[in-house]
Amino acid sequence: MSSNLRWRKFVSSFMLTMTGVCAVVAVAVLFFILGYLVYHGGTSINWSFFTKLPAPVGETGGGMANAIVGSGKLLLLAALIGVPIGFLGAIYLAEFSGSSVAFVVRYSADLLNGVPSIVIGIFAYSLAVLPFKHFSTLAGGLALGLMMIPITLRSTEEFLRAVPRALREGAMALGASKWKTIATVIVPAAYRGILTAVLLAFARVAGETAPLLFTAFGNRFWSPGWNQPTASLPVMIFTYAIAPYEDWHRQAWAAGLVLLGLILIINILARAILARGVAVPRS
Amino acid sequence: MITFLFAASVVLVTILLVYELWIGSTLPRHKFGLHFFVTSVWDPIFDQFGALPFIYGTLVTAGVSLILAVPLGIGAAIFLAELAPARVSDILEFFIDLLAAVPSVIYGLLGVFIVIPLMREYIQPGLKKSLGFLPLFQGPAYGVGFLTAGVVLAIMVIPYIISVSREVLLSVPRDQREAALALGATRWESTWKVVVPFARTGIMGSIFLALARALGETMAVTMVIGNTPTISASLFSPGYSIAAVIANEFTEATGDLYLQSLIELGLVLFLLTFILNGLARLLIVITSQRGSEMGQA
Amino acid sequence: MKRITGLLVAMSLLAGAGIVLADNPLSINGAGATFPYPMYSKWFDEYHKKYGNVQINYQSIGSGGGIKQVTEGTVDFGASDGPMNDDQLKAFQDKHGFGILHFPTVLGADIPTYNVPGVSGELNFTPEAIAGIFLGKITKWNDPAIAGANAGVKLPGNDIVVVHRSDGSGTSYIWTDYLSKVSDDWKNKVGKGTSVNWPVGLGGKGNEGVAGLIKQTPNSFGYVELIYAIQNNMPYGRVKNSSGAFIKADLASVTAAAAGAAKDMPGDFRVSITNAPGKTAYPICSFTWLLIPEKFSDAAKRDAIKGFVSWMLTDGQNDAEALSYAKLPKEVVAKEKLALARVQ
Repeated sequence: MSSNLRWRKFVSSFMLTMTGVCAVVAVAVLFFILGYLVYHGGTSINWSFFTKLPAPVGETGGGMANAIVGSGKLLLLAALIGVPIGFLGAIYLAEFSGSSVAFVVRYSADLLNGVPSIVIGIFAYSLAVLPFKHFSTLAGGLALGLMMIPITLRSTEEFLRAVPRALREGAMALGASKWKTIATVIVPAAYRGILTAVLLAFARVAGETAPLLFTAFGNRFWSPGWNQPTASLPVMIFTYAIAPYEDWHRQAWAAGLVLLGLILIINILARAILARGVAVPRS
Repeated sequence: MITFLFAASVVLVTILLVYELWIGSTLPRHKFGLHFFVTSVWDPIFDQFGALPFIYGTLVTAGVSLILAVPLGIGAAIFLAELAPARVSDILEFFIDLLAAVPSVIYGLLGVFIVIPLMREYIQPGLKKSLGFLPLFQGPAYGVGFLTAGVVLAIMVIPYIISVSREVLLSVPRDQREAALALGATRWESTWKVVVPFARTGIMGSIFLALARALGETMAVTMVIGNTPTISASLFSPGYSIAAVIANEFTEATGDLYLQSLIELGLVLFLLTFILNGLARLLIVITSQRGSEMGQA
Repeated sequence: MKRITGLLVAMSLLAGAGIVLADNPLSINGAGATFPYPMYSKWFDEYHKKYGNVQINYQSIGSGGGIKQVTEGTVDFGASDGPMNDDQLKAFQDKHGFGILHFPTVLGADIPTYNVPGVSGELNFTPEAIAGIFLGKITKWNDPAIAGANAGVKLPGNDIVVVHRSDGSGTSYIWTDYLSKVSDDWKNKVGKGTSVNWPVGLGGKGNEGVAGLIKQTPNSFGYVELIYAIQNNMPYGRVKNSSGAFIKADLASVTAAAAGAAKDMPGDFRVSITNAPGKTAYPICSFTWLLIPEKFSDAAKRDAIKGFVSWMLTDGQNDAEALSYAKLPKEVVAKEKLALARVQ
């Protein structure tokens, strides 16, 4: 072997090992994050975290019961806005995918997707808070719903289009109308993918904080109805983390664990559903 | 018909958003014009607003994050696409995707309690001792600042670089690799000199995507950047980013000029991310198309 | 898919029904100063325990935020430690067609707190030292301006890390109001306000954020409301008052500062008591105000807020000292009870 070849071989093994190191480092970060959260959050989670309201400033004890419920309400609203628009819009896109309208719709969705979450917050503030003179769960749900729309739309469209043509043609050959085909054949065929898309969009907005800062605002008590400001897990984490109180830090870790745990479980669930179903392209 | 309405509503919402941003920033646009982008004074008392410190902070933190994330990300992507057996690659990719799902505020939480003390106690003093002659690493070690924000952002954008680069690398047709190996190249040479350049545009696309994400990040940045509108050559200096100042000052901007200046900052951010995202998608599409074309040839 | 949609619809209908049928407490929203936040959160908690059907939700977003949001009408009342200036009052009047009233609640103090390695006790600060530090002219802890007032204390030669507020803050207003009175340099270069162009320093969000930063950053120096330093076991210093004595902020010194103002309290309650005369007066303290609109369209809300203010002026005052806020002088309480009738 010439020395040149030996050198090149050495470089090759070295660099390839380095790439392995990079990959390991990247994955290690995830495990580190999880581990740290589990350790700090796990030791801080207790029953009162889930059942009590926040205590007055400076007093220990108290929990985030209202933030957990608040996040639940916000996400429910977000889903009610994001899922129908995303789903039905995607059906349109899949059916009329060549038209210029479809092009504009896709372009707008991509635009909306790229908008930084803080800007969505500004938008939702001027749309749903100022005119009604109220911070509210509705405004927060609107902001999160707006963020869900493009994700649901594009992913669902991809899964609908991935349904084999044969299914569609078979249904039409049997005399089904266009919309009947869609409703009874195509959508059920893509059902797993659609569910995955919805779950992933859900997990994405569950952790969003910035748009809630000036829409859902915050609440130290239970938020009655949908028209009042509400506490939410991400905003509580933010507020408590930058404060000096040790007890608040403890609660922030606990909340972080709960939030991240929820998001990771939804993600894993979504991918598991996808893996068991028809092989469809990942977005 | 119904589906058309829902699809059209997406377009309407987007148009409305841009419209609101444009209308909502009329005052400062008329008053400051283009000066807005080159003034560095942010003074609510004397009604002087300039975007320069925020644009600077946003760009610097994004730049630092890319410098850290790109080599690591591309390296990991090469490993996952070229070297790792398919199952290992898929499993690792699964974990990387989970990393992308971690919300910003959790990164902020970790930033405040882990990264900041690490920076303040070890990394910043260490950099000062070894590279302190560079203006980049001068000044007191606060713990918060541009460097810390850049590091946290780097961790946040690595998954994007990895997953997109991995996909474009996988889409490079096999014969490219095999031809190089047949000509006597080592594994590394075939990867680095043939496959990666082939996928170069797509990898650039992933970097733009990561950049767009880094620019728009709010929570993690505002928790570790120091919240001071400063322009400084030193990475240890506290600073401010567009998203962070909006988050901190929006609910209390008394006076229309103040509020609308913040909205104009939002418009600027929106335009930046819009252009970058568009470029990114274009580049990724070009690469995939090249791949499939050559594969068929 | 259909099943899941069906499930979601059913759930939301149930939730909606639950909300409609449940006994809704009256929800009142306020926002503003972080300066009195520990006091207010205690008060609103107590008040809710007493009157379970009234829920007063207060968010501490800073005085600037309080003024802004109450002017916008997105909250029912605001709170600020920097009184609204004439322009802001006019803006409110123009927007709503009626005015907004200030109601002092307690007295509190801005104290200089620090995190200096090796120093756990009280440092003395002259007005010149504080102004110099915040202007960026005094940069090291062992500068003569600081050391001169602290004979016998070993101050390190480290750089001072100044910490101020990043958000619009009444606490900042009090601090800059004081500095404008004692330093012409400050008055001309920076001025007083809830949000100023700080020459140096890191920004923390809210009193909480500043306290958090100082606690974690060695060699730092900043200002917070007294209770934040106490609750977090942070050392804080004495300030030289207009009579030349170094005074530590406590109930006695803050009450002494307010004594003079109590007698000459203007009808709208807007007054500054920084650098107050008096041998035992603490120089950097202030009233803090609730900002309550003159008219309410919702009678239930109006009555609930008026009820709270009456309670606050009597029973509520008894809670103040436990949290190191000074009670309102008797003359001020009497005047406020009369002013309350103006809220329609």
